[in-house]
Amino acid sequence: MTKWIEIGALNDIPVLGSRVVRTASGDVAVFRTSEDEVFALDDRCPHKGGPLSQGIVHNKRVTCPLHNFVIELRSGMAVAPDEGCTRAHPTKVENGMVWLGVQTPEVVPAE
Amino acid sequence: MLNKVNKPKLVVIGNGMAGVRTVELLLDRAPDLYDITVFGSEPYGNYNRILLSPVLAGEKTVDDIMLNTEQWYDDNGITLRKGEMIEMIDRRTCEVVTREGARVPYDRLLIATGSNPIMLPLPGKDLPGVIGFRDIQDVEHMVQASTSYKNAVVIGGGLLGLEAANGLMKRGMNVTVVHLLDTLMERQLDQVAGGLLRKSLEERGMVFKMPAQTEAILGEDRVTGVRFADGEVIPADLVVMAVGIRPNVELARKAGLYCERGIVVSDTMQTYDGRIYAVGECVQHRRQTYGLVAPLFDQAKVCANHLAMKGFATYDGSVVSTKLKVTGIDLFSAGDFAPGADKEEIVMQDASRGVYKRIILRDKKIVGAVLYGDTIDGPWYFQHLRDGTDVSQMRERLVFGAANLGDGGHSGKNSVAAMSDDAEICGCNGVCKGTIVKAISEKKLFTIDDVRAHTKASSSCGSCTGLVEQVLAFTLGGDYSAAPKVKPMCACTDHSHDDARRVIVENGLKTIPDVMKFMDWKTPNGCHSCRPALNYYLLATWPGEYRDDQQSRFINERVHANIQKDGTYSVVPRMWGGVTTPDELRAIADVADKFNIPTVKVTGGQRIDLLGVKKEDLPAVWADLNDAGMVSGHAYAKGLRTVKTCVGSEWCRFGTQDSTGLGIKLEKFMWGSWTPAKVKLAVSGCPRNCAEATCKDVGVVCVDSGYEIHFAGAAGLHIKGTEFLAKAATEEETLEIIAALTQLYREQGWYLERMYKWCDRVGLDAIRNQVVDDVANRKTLFSRFTYSQQFSQSDPWAARAQRGVDRNEFTPLAELELA
Ligand code: SRM
Ligand SMILES: Cc1cc2nc3c(=O)[nH]c(=O)nc-3n(C[C@H](O)[C@H](O)[C@H](O)COP(=O)(O)OP(=O)(O)OC[C@H]3O[C@@H](n4cnc5c(N)ncnc54)[C@H](O)[C@@H]3O)c2cc1C
Ligand code: SF4
Ligand code: FES
Repeated sequence: MTKWIEIGALNDIPVLGSRVVRTASGDVAVFRTSEDEVFALDDRCPHKGGPLSQGIVHNKRVTCPLHNFVIELRSGMAVAPDEGCTRAHPTKVENGMVWLGVQTPEVVPAE
Repeated sequence: MLNKVNKPKLVVIGNGMAGVRTVELLLDRAPDLYDITVFGSEPYGNYNRILLSPVLAGEKTVDDIMLNTEQWYDDNGITLRKGEMIEMIDRRTCEVVTREGARVPYDRLLIATGSNPIMLPLPGKDLPGVIGFRDIQDVEHMVQASTSYKNAVVIGGGLLGLEAANGLMKRGMNVTVVHLLDTLMERQLDQVAGGLLRKSLEERGMVFKMPAQTEAILGEDRVTGVRFADGEVIPADLVVMAVGIRPNVELARKAGLYCERGIVVSDTMQTYDGRIYAVGECVQHRRQTYGLVAPLFDQAKVCANHLAMKGFATYDGSVVSTKLKVTGIDLFSAGDFAPGADKEEIVMQDASRGVYKRIILRDKKIVGAVLYGDTIDGPWYFQHLRDGTDVSQMRERLVFGAANLGDGGHSGKNSVAAMSDDAEICGCNGVCKGTIVKAISEKKLFTIDDVRAHTKASSSCGSCTGLVEQVLAFTLGGDYSAAPKVKPMCACTDHSHDDARRVIVENGLKTIPDVMKFMDWKTPNGCHSCRPALNYYLLATWPGEYRDDQQSRFINERVHANIQKDGTYSVVPRMWGGVTTPDELRAIADVADKFNIPTVKVTGGQRIDLLGVKKEDLPAVWADLNDAGMVSGHAYAKGLRTVKTCVGSEWCRFGTQDSTGLGIKLEKFMWGSWTPAKVKLAVSGCPRNCAEATCKDVGVVCVDSGYEIHFAGAAGLHIKGTEFLAKAATEEETLEIIAALTQLYREQGWYLERMYKWCDRVGLDAIRNQVVDDVANRKTLFSRFTYSQQFSQSDPWAARAQRGVDRNEFTPLAELELA
């Protein structure tokens, strides 16, 4: 089940920029596009774990600061010819506030 | 389609390579601007004329060479009127008139009528069986003839003639090539290469009669033979005239447009009538006409820019290179190779391998190249030729090519044709030959840019550009080896760094979105490569006025520290001229303790690096360093990095001047300035050069009588010793020259182009002129530098540590216990 958590104001994220949300299972990078859409990805590049939150955001994509992998913000997929995928998290913006959808533990299937 | 009536009408005369290319680019830039009608006298869609040679040789079919289907015209709302000839342009009423008398109005007209083969005015020239080599119909004629006749004569031993001869031979005919001179392709080849070419064609069975002058074409109902000036007669059932082309200007001339050899156009591809544009082989630009596609595509780009009402691109001519499309023969030629007193030549001949290379130099630059047998380095020489690179440094090994200089991204004689499909061409992006070949054939790519956009090959470090061009040439068989003269900044635009710089200045553009809008960026907000570049150009152009765009800065410059592999940062405070104090060292030690900084290291730049700092600790670390009087060392910046010094006259028994003091002065004067790429300085107290000044961007070597200023060195990816710039008598003069030099670099350098590359590109003499010889100019450069320093010399660390600038950058948005 997805639990929605309010994480902050849209205006606290720079346009074409990103902020980090710390969670128990690692950092989540929250991005804002030039159209004020918000996306969230695990803050780990599929290449060598670079912090995507520190990259340059452009056209619903972010370029990893370490070796320039370009990642789709919506899906977390690396843009060809690079390969790999980072986990994407659902987000929504309501009344200027940003909400992050997190999977609650109950429904995560046991290993 | 709805309001077709209201759109301005663009009429294109000529459905050939240049005209349609212009339309394609126009649609890219301004899809809905015009109601477009294209007239083409040939009864086909648009096809790739270059590939007529392989079609004739039976290596390709007519279907293979079609570029745009009729569906394409439909899809783009273009009216194609094929098989219709325009007979007249009525400039008074702004209409074109077809042969059948139909009148079609235009608001803008584009003439792209190409050229016609020259038919020698010989007796018998109108006999059936005598043709030129220009279009599909000619090829069909030749193929037809080859099925029922035996003997062919090709008049003309140039590129076109030899390709025709080769094709006819492949079709089983006996072919004699007649040439007026004693060297084949004399416009492209020297005697030696021409001789080698003749030899290998003879080995394939081609017969040559040269030098020879044709006197008459014989026959009654059809050609039967050819007679020469020396009286000899040879039998012929087919005569192909390939002695040259003549720009097709009749239509334009009749309309009263100014024509010489071609239709004369300006740098914006306009004829003397501003509504009428012209591109392609029918055009004469700055006294030049062209007969190869690469320059025509350059013209198309400029023309499309103006038709799209952007109005800033200019065409300033092209340098061309040639490749013969005869399978199995490798031949490349470019530039000017006529001997001359002011030229030097480097010649290599390896008779057993059948390889011949001749590189012609003037003023330390390549001006021409003729390659036979091994042409893999053709594009590489051509690049240097066009860029006007100073090649004196590599002169000795130049003839062995790029691989030998470690500059080519490919190895030795590894010809592209011989490579397997999974051979890696682009090491940065891991693109194999097969992928590139596939993209070229499936997507009908023409230029290196297209290939970059579609495959990413050669889009990173660029050292494989030559190889990719080879693949392109090899796959298409044509002369596509030419990269466009101007390199686009990145896939987001067709425009070059120079274009962007110029457009920003000329149009007073002050924000990144404005530049992108004005220049028709293809992506909504650029990418990690163009945005930082534009940000720099704006900053350098409008110091004090432009508001730096943090989101267009690479992370290091955004947070004023260098990101490390684990996501932590390194902090390097300035140590002016490499000099420190016990207090500074104590403060560094205290900071390291207080924040648990794992590594403290002396850098290669005479200062201390604190590695492994957590991002959220950065402001506090800086605050402590600031308290001890230290500021950011800009170890992350495309800007002034370090000024290394030696002890100099203050202590050293050999020191001639106060090198330490001068280094500190330079660093204090220049720190904080943003530059296209990093700038490193060094000052040595005597020619023993302990500060390694002669491998820096700018280096000063002190001597008894003053200061020798050197520049354009580097010791990273490439090791390059500096060039001598000037000798100065005083510290003040030294400072002035160095600041002026840096300012010129700031104004001309392309983003990420280090000083030595900029110097290669614009030329040592040009720089010396502006910075040293022209003293008045130096002073204005100097004052522009000082002006912009006013705005850049504030410590970015202090701003963040003390005044809370960008506070959000260093703190998480939220901390969740969950998940
Ligand atoms: C720290 C240091 C190595 C050290 O431990 O000594 C260093 C570290 C880095 N160098 Fe360097 N270079 C350091 C001195 C040098 C030197 C030596 C010098 O300056 O005398 C050179 C050769 C001289 C030269 O630049 O020509 C050098 C040539 C490079 C290059 C190649 C540049 C080139 O144009 O060829 C790069 C790559 C680049 O800039 O694109 C580079 C890039 C880097 C980067 C910034 C890589 C990166 O993008 O992350 C490293 C950052 C590490 C960090 O976080 O601090 N570093 N680097 C040195 C810092 C000097 C300082 O005090 O600021
Ligand atoms: C066999 C051959 C091999 C070649 N090989 C190479 C090569 O390897 N590399 C290279 O770079 N170049 C090569 N070229 C040259 C290259 O094909 C030309 O430079 C290029 O096609 C010229 O383009 P253009 O648009 O100016 O003219 P064209 O492509 O000739 O187009 C002009 C069009 O205008 C039409 N037209 C003319 N007058 C009228 C009118 N009054 N009304 C309506 N339509 C009209 C014509 O029918 C024609 O279709 C080769 C050419 C040939 C013939
Ligand atoms: S040489 Fe420079 S860039 Fe390479 S690992 Fe060392 S510090 Fe990093
Ligand atoms: S870690 Fe992201 S590109 Fe290498």
